[in-house]
Amino acid sequence: MADITIPPKDSFRLSMLIYDTRYRSLTIQVVFMFLLMAGATWLVNNTIYNLHVLGKDFSYSFLWSRAGYDINQRFIAYNSDSTHGRAMLVGLLNTLFIAFISCVAATVLGVIAGVLRLSKNWVVAKLMAIYVESFRNIPLLIWILVIFAVMTEAAPAPNAFRGANPSAHMWFFDTIAVTNRGVYFPEPLFFRSLGNIDLGIFLVSTDLLAIIAVMVLSILGYKRLQRSAETVQNATGIRPVTWWKSALILIAPIVILLVALGFHLGYPELKGFNFRGGVHARNSLIALWVALSVYTGAFIAEIVRAGIQAISRGQTEAALALGLKPGQTTNLVVLPQALRVIIPPMISEYLNITKNTSLAIAVGYMDLRATLGGITLNQTGRELEAMLLMMGIYLAISLIISSVMNFYNRSVKLKER
Amino acid sequence: MTDQPLQYVRTEMLEAKAPPSFQIGPLRWARENLFSGWLNSLLTLVSLYVILTLLAGVAPWFGHTVWNAGSLSECRKIIHSDFGPNADGACFAVIHERWNQLLYGFYPVEGYWRANLALVGMLLAIAPILFSQVPRKLLWLSALYPFLGFWLIWGGSLWFPISALLGFVVGGIAFRLMVEKSTVLAAAAGFVVAWLWWFFAAGPVDEGLSAVLPIALESVQSRDVGGFLLSIIIGISGITLSLPLGVLLALGRQSNMFFIRTVSVGFIEFIRGVPLITLLFTASLLLNYFLPPGTNFDLILRVVIMVTLFAAAYMAEVIRGGLAALPRGQYEAADALGLDYWMAQRLIIMPQALKISIPGIVNTFIGLFKDTTLVVFIGLLDPIGFINAIRATSDWNGIYWELYIFVGALFFVFCYGMSKYSMYLERKLQTDHH
Repeated sequence: MADITIPPKDSFRLSMLIYDTRYRSLTIQVVFMFLLMAGATWLVNNTIYNLHVLGKDFSYSFLWSRAGYDINQRFIAYNSDSTHGRAMLVGLLNTLFIAFISCVAATVLGVIAGVLRLSKNWVVAKLMAIYVESFRNIPLLIWILVIFAVMTEAAPAPNAFRGANPSAHMWFFDTIAVTNRGVYFPEPLFFRSLGNIDLGIFLVSTDLLAIIAVMVLSILGYKRLQRSAETVQNATGIRPVTWWKSALILIAPIVILLVALGFHLGYPELKGFNFRGGVHARNSLIALWVALSVYTGAFIAEIVRAGIQAISRGQTEAALALGLKPGQTTNLVVLPQALRVIIPPMISEYLNITKNTSLAIAVGYMDLRATLGGITLNQTGRELEAMLLMMGIYLAISLIISSVMNFYNRSVKLKER
Repeated sequence: MTDQPLQYVRTEMLEAKAPPSFQIGPLRWARENLFSGWLNSLLTLVSLYVILTLLAGVAPWFGHTVWNAGSLSECRKIIHSDFGPNADGACFAVIHERWNQLLYGFYPVEGYWRANLALVGMLLAIAPILFSQVPRKLLWLSALYPFLGFWLIWGGSLWFPISALLGFVVGGIAFRLMVEKSTVLAAAAGFVVAWLWWFFAAGPVDEGLSAVLPIALESVQSRDVGGFLLSIIIGISGITLSLPLGVLLALGRQSNMFFIRTVSVGFIEFIRGVPLITLLFTASLLLNYFLPPGTNFDLILRVVIMVTLFAAAYMAEVIRGGLAALPRGQYEAADALGLDYWMAQRLIIMPQALKISIPGIVNTFIGLFKDTTLVVFIGLLDPIGFINAIRATSDWNGIYWELYIFVGALFFVFCYGMSKYSMYLERKLQTDHH
């Protein structure tokens, strides 16, 4: 703005609040804040009055009272005698679980579809274009409901697996059973389990901790081996042979640990009217997972495609001219640059997945919305408190994801001077 | 040097030979595009297998379509008697029987012409905004359409929308009279006069004119408006309202004024951080807490407001991207020309920023239109709501593909149309030369 105004000689006049650029922004802000405060006061007053008329107070004490309902998928111990607060926690974990597995699957699908859509192969490129366009232009809710309907109506009943000549068969060498009551996977079991640690709120499996620790250590050892090989190569020009050492470091410790723990798979088996054993993934979980991953995968495919196309051909040609192999060209030149373009929109896709998990309401998956914002809300009649808490939790999840991903984004961003 | 001719050099050209058969036509194309390497060949074979499997499953199913039946069991009986006992076929009879609910909800049948007329009017009103070749005079229709469309769909006295429209007219007149003195004062005056009109004059004017000249359509309750008509109403209202609100929010976020910036950032981040479902539940469950006791306004209106606020936050971020992409020189040039803030925005900044953000804006529109399906969770009967209702009846229990294909195709046509239009607009507005 052209702010150079000659200071007026005469004293302050009221009209200067509007016409003088020195005061105008202050005036506007004061008026704005006044209106905002008035509006907020009006809303709060209404709320207090309405609560008073209904004979309600504003309190979160219901979180510590008995919930009295069951939740069919839980990662921590819970029964109907547990509190509403714990029910909320179970729902939150279910939300985070479905969001996480959908993000992973959507990324894998999206990267594959995005790369294939750029393929010179006409049939493959068209097929991917059809996939992307049909999923981007049809509401997610329809996909969730279609997949859920197919799972419940078209999948065989457990009964169909019975008898000498059953009409339905389990997949993958009799390990996975797809039924209209859900999908049964083999579950990992240990003969000599190390037991669990009770953290007060939930149990942590020591076996899992041990496996994670060993894997992390193996990867650190592998990194170290690579570094020392690099040092030798820089000093002498000859890279020592490391592949068998790498294989040993990466594979041997984990195999030894698994054997020591007595690792084996528990397969689902038809007993009585239903399958027993194995991990039971309900139709609601499967439908939500498949729909979210395939739907968001279409968006990620477009992001990946745009990212790859943003890298000019000259970069690839220059890398090849320098004598890099095609694999090195991709890893060292194209991908690092493409990732910079890809990551920011990818963050918002992950956020979208997390928010879209609330569509679980369509298939009855017990997520945060179904526990805190559903049954708890209806049982206690605390709409205001439950909705505010639920919004706060979703907001917190979104902010955490976006700050973590933004931190990662800053670390790969082009360093400009 | 001899003057003998060089005997071994030809003096005339040979006819060119025809290229080998695998170097021309479709064979060459297939070799280069489909089978250029082992990976490519494998991909081709896999995709062909996928396509053929899909076709083998879907084609007979579509081929055995039944259009006239009263229930799913009757449908299956017809398919089995016509195409053999193991045949599987589509039963689009359900669409034939229930298309009116899926499209119009419980809208009175004798009023369908009103909904159709409203739709045609909408297309006419949108045309001059979308395409510059359409006569400019139609823009008058675009300005009047919100009132006309409201009257056609909900009915009631014609004078109700007209007296509401007159509020804008008197506000505009007040603005015109004052604008010579000061733009800020004129805007305030226009605002106040319009509000005064709506609060005090609109009601009596409506009643008076209705008494003198009763022109009215039979009024339709909001709960009867449903099906795809409802999706279009919510979608179009949300789209029209969220763009200006998004522009304001984006400007607020870029503003130098601390309070305005803080409030804009807070609003945008809050809306973008929570799922739309929670906002819709707020509209249906909590609004009664926030408003004075006894207030009870239309659920469709509440939903439109929430969807608009939701889309506006995303819109604001898209437009902010466009604003950030403009070179600083554009802002400085506008200042150098002596334009004030709003003129600079209107004449220099916004036209360029909006052009840059067209793809993002249209993506937000498409997202909004798809999100209208979520209203089913707060009890509005959009197409999904009717699908659930139809699947719950004993006649059509067990049917799903046909219904979802029908509704999915409707959404696809609208959303795909929008994305194609955005590509057209980008090409049309492209001024740089490549």
